[in-house]
Amino acid sequence: MLVRAHVLVCGGTGCLSSKSEQIVTRFNEVLNELGLNKEIQVIMTGCFGFCEKGPIVIVYPDEVFYSKVELSDVDAICTEHLLKGRVYQPKVYHDITEEDRSKVTGFSQIGFYNRQLRIALRNCGVIDPFSIDEYIGRNGYEALGKAVTEMSPIEVINELTKSGLRGRGGGGFPTGTKWKFAYNNQASQKYIICNADEGDPGAFMDRAILEGDPHSIIEAMAIGGFAIGASQGYIYVRAEYPIAVERMQHAINQAYEYGLLGKRIFNTDFRFDLEIRLGAGAFVCGEETALIASIEGERGMPRNKPPFPAEKGLWGKPTVINNVETFANIPIILLNGATWFQQIGTEKSKGTKVFALGGKINNTGLVEIPMGTTLREVIFDIGGGIPNQKKFKAVQTGGPSGGCLTSEHLDTQIDYDNLISLGSMMGSGGMIIMDENNCMVDVARFFLEFTVDESCGKCTPCREGTKRMLELLEKITSGMGTLEDIEKLEKLAHMIKDASLCGLGQTAPNPVLSTLENFKQEYIAHVVDKKCPAGVCKELLHYRITDQCIGCGKCKRNCPVDCISGDKREIHIINQLACIKCGTCQTACPVHAIVVD
Amino acid sequence: MSQMVNITINNKSISVPSEYTILQAANANQIFIPRLCFLKDLNETASCRLCVVEIQGIKTLKNSCTVKVSEGMVIKTNTPRIRNTVKQTLELLAANHRFECWICPREHNCEFLALLRKYGIPNQMAEAKEFAKKLPITNDRSDAIIFDGSKCILCGRCVAACEKLAGTGVLDFNERGFVTFVGTAQNYSIEDSGCIYCGKCIQACPTGAIREKEELDYVEELLHNDEFYTVVQTAPSVRCALGEEFGLPIGTNVEGKMYQALHLLGFDDITDTNFAADLTIMEEGSEFLSRFEKWMNHQTSHLPMFSSCSPGWIRYIERYYPEYIANLSSCKSPQQMQGAIIKHYYAKKIGVPKEKIKVVSIMPCIAKKYEAKRPEMEYDGVRDVDYVLTTRELARLIKRADLPFTELEDYRPSSPLASYTGAAVIFGATGGVMEAALRTVAEKLEGKPLPKIDFTDIRGVESGIKEATVRIAGIDVNIAIIHGTVNVPEMMNRIRSGEKQYHFIEVMACTGGCVNGGGQPIIPAHIAESIDVRLERAKALYQIDQDSSMRQSHINPEVAKLYEEFLGTPNSNTSHHILHTHYQQKPIFFIK
Repeated sequence: MLVRAHVLVCGGTGCLSSKSEQIVTRFNEVLNELGLNKEIQVIMTGCFGFCEKGPIVIVYPDEVFYSKVELSDVDAICTEHLLKGRVYQPKVYHDITEEDRSKVTGFSQIGFYNRQLRIALRNCGVIDPFSIDEYIGRNGYEALGKAVTEMSPIEVINELTKSGLRGRGGGGFPTGTKWKFAYNNQASQKYIICNADEGDPGAFMDRAILEGDPHSIIEAMAIGGFAIGASQGYIYVRAEYPIAVERMQHAINQAYEYGLLGKRIFNTDFRFDLEIRLGAGAFVCGEETALIASIEGERGMPRNKPPFPAEKGLWGKPTVINNVETFANIPIILLNGATWFQQIGTEKSKGTKVFALGGKINNTGLVEIPMGTTLREVIFDIGGGIPNQKKFKAVQTGGPSGGCLTSEHLDTQIDYDNLISLGSMMGSGGMIIMDENNCMVDVARFFLEFTVDESCGKCTPCREGTKRMLELLEKITSGMGTLEDIEKLEKLAHMIKDASLCGLGQTAPNPVLSTLENFKQEYIAHVVDKKCPAGVCKELLHYRITDQCIGCGKCKRNCPVDCISGDKREIHIINQLACIKCGTCQTACPVHAIVVD
Repeated sequence: MSQMVNITINNKSISVPSEYTILQAANANQIFIPRLCFLKDLNETASCRLCVVEIQGIKTLKNSCTVKVSEGMVIKTNTPRIRNTVKQTLELLAANHRFECWICPREHNCEFLALLRKYGIPNQMAEAKEFAKKLPITNDRSDAIIFDGSKCILCGRCVAACEKLAGTGVLDFNERGFVTFVGTAQNYSIEDSGCIYCGKCIQACPTGAIREKEELDYVEELLHNDEFYTVVQTAPSVRCALGEEFGLPIGTNVEGKMYQALHLLGFDDITDTNFAADLTIMEEGSEFLSRFEKWMNHQTSHLPMFSSCSPGWIRYIERYYPEYIANLSSCKSPQQMQGAIIKHYYAKKIGVPKEKIKVVSIMPCIAKKYEAKRPEMEYDGVRDVDYVLTTRELARLIKRADLPFTELEDYRPSSPLASYTGAAVIFGATGGVMEAALRTVAEKLEGKPLPKIDFTDIRGVESGIKEATVRIAGIDVNIAIIHGTVNVPEMMNRIRSGEKQYHFIEVMACTGGCVNGGGQPIIPAHIAESIDVRLERAKALYQIDQDSSMRQSHINPEVAKLYEEFLGTPNSNTSHHILHTHYQQKPIFFIK
């Protein structure tokens, strides 16, 4: 059916929670009423990535990008744009830097998108994730066909090795090499697992791919199964991703119907079955050996490596575990060739990487950039810089296991090795931006709180050590810390990094170590001057009434703990010992006489 | 044939078999590496992170307990970086451990304390108020065992022992991270969680976090109370292990010193459970013969008959295979028989009212504590056994009394209930009950003395299930011996398959039998790796048997006298009242 326009509505978790499903329904109703339902097609796609501006609606072929669309806007978009051909101005998205508010910038020319290179996210926000035909229409399953009918397993692996693709889940291990290990291990049964246990707070690229392009994962896993000789695959996904699970299951069912899973795929002897396994959402289950234990029905705890899963994995059989984003790259690498992929990126990190931008940044969302892009470009060009004219202070990459980088590092080209050499890591691609109002000790404390919560409790350094680090950080942020505490913290951090059993423990101290390295002065300010330079750590704040005070008594009346004294028309005084630093007095003061220092 | 590889440890070039781990290679070359969680073949989880070493080319430290050597590997075990790591790890563990070593039963052989001493670990963290302590979660809802979370270092050795030796998997980690604790699922009452009280967890624990429920103080009081006449009985396996608590080599027979110590401690009368072991053979042997006869006549016979000496096994079958309860011998265990005979026969002989007698038994077992408290174990208003001490508790009692154990003169008790044959003393080793039974049953069936009474092919610990066919009086009798309840499901499958009619099966809950019971002295992990404690202790028992003048239960004259004066014949009415009992299905995890 040929139609004159497409209305694409984002159906990612973010937009869905702001009623994008109802928006789709409304579009269909209105178009029906207007009699346009034959010529205009409404499609609910996966995530567009620009979650900050959701719900997002794009109208093709005009490429008009509507942001923050509400249910009540639908009628106007239909009657104005779709019926009369006039862009509905109130909801058209404009870059912050754009001064001419009447100008309509095409979707692909928006600052957020024009520097991105979408390979892993190629179908997200483009196709209907419920439609296998749309996936096939975008060359879907062609790579699988090519692999099983024209290539030998080792050729597939060699192509992948040549492409230079590295694991996108955090470690950055060369995917081809991993597959080769499993290929070389002879066994009657092998397994391929998709690690969709995305646990980093603030990272959601895997979810976006599962929700927006589930077939690419199925195709890639089948290719993997063909390459290493596995006839069974598992997708381990957390139960907190219900939409991803639903779409994935739907896609698996469709693939079975189309004969792209199951017996005799593409009329060859290759057979591949795929099942979803739900995880209960423990962060540590993203660690491959813990993930395997979890699939086996055991407690999700990592075990010591070697042996690596490629040798002894699920139920003791050779197993390849790759992350969602890694898989998403594979079909297109086989189709376009390793040489094409090699040209993208830096010398040792090929291709692109998806980052989840968050924190103090204008354009929150998912971005996919070629390796080698600088942090500055990501934060200031794509991300649109820091809101409210605040100063950039630090960027945290790699989630709770990563480190904080400073403005000195802004021109670093993003790739695996550069980030590691700076004491951070790629991780799964979380990128949290901090401005001058963030206290770095508090940031370290925040991440430690997460790892303490998520430590499985198996090995001593992680179980006992991270808790002690957290307690030391709490001591420092509450103003009770000493220089010895900083020393002890650093010593402990190095030990935990050195001696922990799995990646969780080995990287848990990174936020502490990198902030100690880059922001030592801030730590010292907390313990020596008993001050929090960013004004975050409550216990270190001092509310003080200046001589601007007119003695109106409002602060006194509003104070919840009665710690302000002073007679009428006299300057009031805060009893520092009793003050709970709630800030109520400051808000109440009509003359801004209360300051914090 | 193992291949050798060349490695360098601490600048020294050595050659070791390629299947060795780094820890093995180091130990073989007298290089000390600290460890807490590692139990060879049992717990190889690499979780304590104390055995870390530096391997050239690897960025982080690696645990040496599971990482195998490889050609050209360059290893360092004692650098400042490693020492610093070990010390910090120990300090972290210490900060979360309750130190009350003076009352801890493991004070003298605590593996954790030994490392703290060796490395001189300060414990400031435990005192600083900014550092929280985990909640001490205890589980003492049991007559036999206590889990004390405040002393647990979460090494997981007990968890592995429970799963791989008992096969019950009652223990596991609960919660996670800093609040992780070991226990039954959701800390359900240990009594009702399926635990069989074999005590493998106690033997696996490097600290005093799991221990028997002590009755030491009660017994000490009792010994100073003139109102009661105290009679002690000692199980076969106690004599071959007690010496270890006083520094004697593993498997030293200290029978004479043990009797002397009991005498000096002030027990009024010293008897030996071995006497009841002989008695058990008479009862159980006759019971088997009557079942066997019925089977021969194609009557309902409940064969195979299972032995019933091991209370851990009783707990196991009542919970996991209740459908086979009818196959259990109805005999009480020797401990209970001895107690019953003391109270209902011996009391009259020595002229003491049975209510005034307190029976204390010394057992290599913690399930015996539970067994003595089973409601069935009483007759005519008196309990068979009043207190049960483990071998370890007896050692502490002796230490409390300042007795110079190793220098004590041998003592020989005069009570007729201390008389025993070689067949009785081998009850302590796996296969012993079966061998003792065969020595008597075969002779009864054959109707003439046996040419050979040593059944050596059913001894030993290589296999968890031992099978044999003995030809007696022209009939093939199929027997089997199980030690370690983990092997029971496999045996039950064999029985169910019906491939073979088994006649008599001996089951001991503990691998190796009672010599390796949960109440025996605890051997630190690194020592147990090079010596098979089960074999060493069993050797001592077989030696006693070898040196005995009487080696068949039915020729024990005191047992014969007992029948003559009191019981009449085996399986008589009297013996049924006081020497036999019944068992029933017990629920696990029932909701009240």
